[in-house]
Amino acid sequence: MDDANTVITVNDVCKRFGSLQALDHVSTTVKRGEVLMIIGPSGSGKSTLLRCINHLEVPDSGTVTIDGTEVNERRGNINRVRADVGMVFQRFELFPHLTVLDNICLAQQQVRRRPRTEAEEHAHSLLEKVGIPEKRLSYPTQLSGGQQQRVAIARALAMQPKVMLFDEPTSALDPEMIKEVLDVMLDLAHEGMTMVVVSHEMGFARNAANRVMFMDYGKVVEEGVPEQVFSHPQHDRTKLFLSRILH
Amino acid sequence: MGPRANELAPASSATSSFTMLRRLPIWLVILVLVGLFVLYSMLTGDYLSTLQFLVIGVRLTVVSAVLSYALALAVGLIIALGRVSRNLLAYNLATLYVEIMRGVPLLVILLYAQFVVVPGLSNWLDLNLHTRLLWQRNSAIAGVIGLALGYAAYLAEVYRAGIESIERGQMEAARSLGMTYGQAMRHVILPQALRRVLPALGNDFIAIMKDTSLLTIISVSELTYYARQEASRTFQYFRTYNAAAFLYLTLTLLLSLGVRYIERRTSGGRR
Repeated sequence: MDDANTVITVNDVCKRFGSLQALDHVSTTVKRGEVLMIIGPSGSGKSTLLRCINHLEVPDSGTVTIDGTEVNERRGNINRVRADVGMVFQRFELFPHLTVLDNICLAQQQVRRRPRTEAEEHAHSLLEKVGIPEKRLSYPTQLSGGQQQRVAIARALAMQPKVMLFDEPTSALDPEMIKEVLDVMLDLAHEGMTMVVVSHEMGFARNAANRVMFMDYGKVVEEGVPEQVFSHPQHDRTKLFLSRILH
Repeated sequence: MGPRANELAPASSATSSFTMLRRLPIWLVILVLVGLFVLYSMLTGDYLSTLQFLVIGVRLTVVSAVLSYALALAVGLIIALGRVSRNLLAYNLATLYVEIMRGVPLLVILLYAQFVVVPGLSNWLDLNLHTRLLWQRNSAIAGVIGLALGYAAYLAEVYRAGIESIERGQMEAARSLGMTYGQAMRHVILPQALRRVLPALGNDFIAIMKDTSLLTIISVSELTYYARQEASRTFQYFRTYNAAAFLYLTLTLLLSLGVRYIERRTSGGRR
C-alpha cells in the first residue's frame, strides 16, 4: 500500500457531525497522476472526505497520508502538507481585498518564501495558462465567476502542489462559464496532475477520470473506471442516483 | 416613500422642491446657523474671556483622547484576537477582561487607576518621595491608561464582530495554501475585517473624545476641569458651560465629518 506511486492514502477515516455520520470507515488510495472523481447525493460525505484529506476537517479516527507523511496537526506538519495539496472551492474564496496578482503571490511569498519578482513571474505564467493574463491587476469582484474560479486554480497551482483537490468547482457557476473551468481542469489532468474531484460533471468524468467513486451515507458504495460505474453500476443505490442525474 | 410622494402630489415642481428639501442635510444647516450665532455672541460679548480661559484645556483634552485611543486600538486588537482564539487560555483571559472592563463604569476605572494602582505601584517599586509626588501630580498618565484600558474592551468587541463577519471560507482558503493561522489572520482576515468596522472604530474615537471629560475627577487639567474652575470662580454657570459644550461640539463634529469621509472612501470603491 505504501509504494512510491501512492500519493494519498486514506485509512479507515470516520467523521461525525452531531448525529450525522459524515464518514463511516472510509479507506482509499490515489496513485500519482490519477484522477479520482467522487460522486454521490448531497450529504453523502464526499466533500467531507475531500476536506479530511488536507485536514480542513480533522477526522475523528483514522489517518490520512500524503506522499508518505501522515497529516497530523499535533506534529506541526500541517502547514507543510497543506502547501503541497492545492484546493479549489465551490465558491472560489479569492481574497477580495487583493488583486488577482496578489492573490496568487501571497502564499508563494508567505509560505514558500519566494521573492516577490519570482512569485510574480510564476503568477504571470499561471495566468497565461488559465487564459486570463490581462486580468492580473483586477480585483476578484470585477471578474466573472468562471474567471474567478480560474484564478483560484492558478492560486492553488502556484504552490506547485503534488495533489489538487476540487470541491464542486463548477456548481456555483453560470452554465456558460462551466466549460472554461472544465477545460483548465482537463489540461491539468492531461499534464499528469494527481486530482481528486468532487463533481457531477459527467463530461469531465468520461474524458479525464481514471476512477469514479460513488458515496452514500458516509460510505463508499462502489468504485471503478467511469465506463463501468456509469454504464454497468453494480448497486441499486448507484443505479437510482445515476438515473436521476443523467436524465 | 419617494415614489409614492410623487403619485400623490400633482404639481411636479412641488415634488421636486420637496425631494430637494429632503436631500438637504437640514440638521447641518441648523447646526451651522446656530453655531455662527453662538460664535458671534461669544466673540462679541462676555464669552470671549471665558472662551480664552477654557481653550487652554482643549490641548490636554485632544492629547489625552488621541493617546488613549491609540493605546486602546492596540490593546483592543490583542484582546479581540484572544476572543476569537481557539486557545482556551487566551479566550478565557480575553473574555474575562472584556466582561470586567465593560461592567465597571469608566469613572470608577479612572478613580481606581489614580488612587489604587498608582499608589500601589509606587509602594511596590519602593519609590522615593520625590518620584512618588511626581507620579501623583501627573494624573494625566494614569487617566490616559485608565481610559485606554476601559475602551480597549469596547474596541475589542468591535474588532471581534468584524473578524467574525468574514466568511469562514476565507480562513479555509488561506490555510489550505499552507499559511499559518497567524499569517492568514494578518494578511487575509484582518485587512477585510478592519475595513468593515472602520466606521464603528471612528465612532468610538468620538466617544473617547467626550469621555476625556471624566478625567476632571482625577484632576487632569483638561477642558471640563477648566470649565469647573471658571464656573466656581465667576459663578457664571450658564455662560461657562455653554462655552464648554460649544468647544466639545466643535471637536466632535469635526471628528464626525472625518469619520463620514473615511466611511465614504472605504465603502465606495472595491469591497
